[in-house]
Amino acid sequence: MNEQVEQLSCRELVELVTDYLEGALSDEEHARFEEHIAGCGGCKVYLEQIRRTVQALGHLPEDALTADAERDLLEAFRGWPSA
Amino acid sequence: MAFMPRLSRVQLLRYSRPVAHVEAADAQLLDALRSGDEKTFAGLVREYHPSLVRVARIYVSTQSTAEEVAQETWLGVLKGLERFEGRSSLRTWIFSILTNIAKTRATRDGRTLPFSALQDPARVPEAAVAADRFLDPEHPRWPGHWAIKPEPWPDDALVTAESRALIAEAIEALPASQRAVISLRDVEGWDSDEVCNALDISETNQRVLLHRARSKVRGALEAYLQESSE
Repeated sequence: MNEQVEQLSCRELVELVTDYLEGALSDEEHARFEEHIAGCGGCKVYLEQIRRTVQALGHLPEDALTADAERDLLEAFRGWPSA
Repeated sequence: MAFMPRLSRVQLLRYSRPVAHVEAADAQLLDALRSGDEKTFAGLVREYHPSLVRVARIYVSTQSTAEEVAQETWLGVLKGLERFEGRSSLRTWIFSILTNIAKTRATRDGRTLPFSALQDPARVPEAAVAADRFLDPEHPRWPGHWAIKPEPWPDDALVTAESRALIAEAIEALPASQRAVISLRDVEGWDSDEVCNALDISETNQRVLLHRARSKVRGALEAYLQESSE
């Protein structure tokens, strides 16, 4: 029963996913995390979904500057006395 | 400072401490900016302006004020160009100018600064996944185990224009501090040090904000993919 208590629950694991991916877990926590993942289909899928979400975020187009804003800023730059 | 040997600006940049922070690329950019090279300025503006607006949005209450703050930041950059000593990266310096302007603007507009959102995000707990997705923590056999497991997503689920629009929408719906962190880290690809510097937050708080933001975007995708498979 004691052993059971020391294991991560799924509910706890999902809160550690970012720390895990960022390499911010202690060695012990890291081991517990991977041990849980190895035996839990739901958490394996969850981690994969987070990874894919991050990947998809990286493929979003970055916001573009409006033409107006760019023109205004370039005008300011031209007006700036360069040394 | 008054007795320093006369060095070129780039040399000054190179030799001012801490040296490690002044990257060669920054020195080149600075040189070009100082000689009035418009292309360099335009490139910088295109690269950072949208992020500046997003970060400004943490401090000010409207999109148009955030836009003004970002514009003002560029004027501040031009003004400070000659005096910039390269103690930080060019990027960090630009964002510190933004933060100062944004804070001043927020104070002037009588807005309470969201220090807690940035400096102490963990104070208000927030679950990555809704509690009702899990069994009770006191469950005799499976405490805190999934009650409703996440289902694998189809391979091509996230490449459609619709799912991209949904991700963009989910980012827009985030609180400004979470939106800024996820945009810089995951959309723009900055590393965590750079984000911490730009937002002047600790590593831990940055991770809390990133965690919440990613969790919510995943949740939005899950809801959408489930809906579209029904």
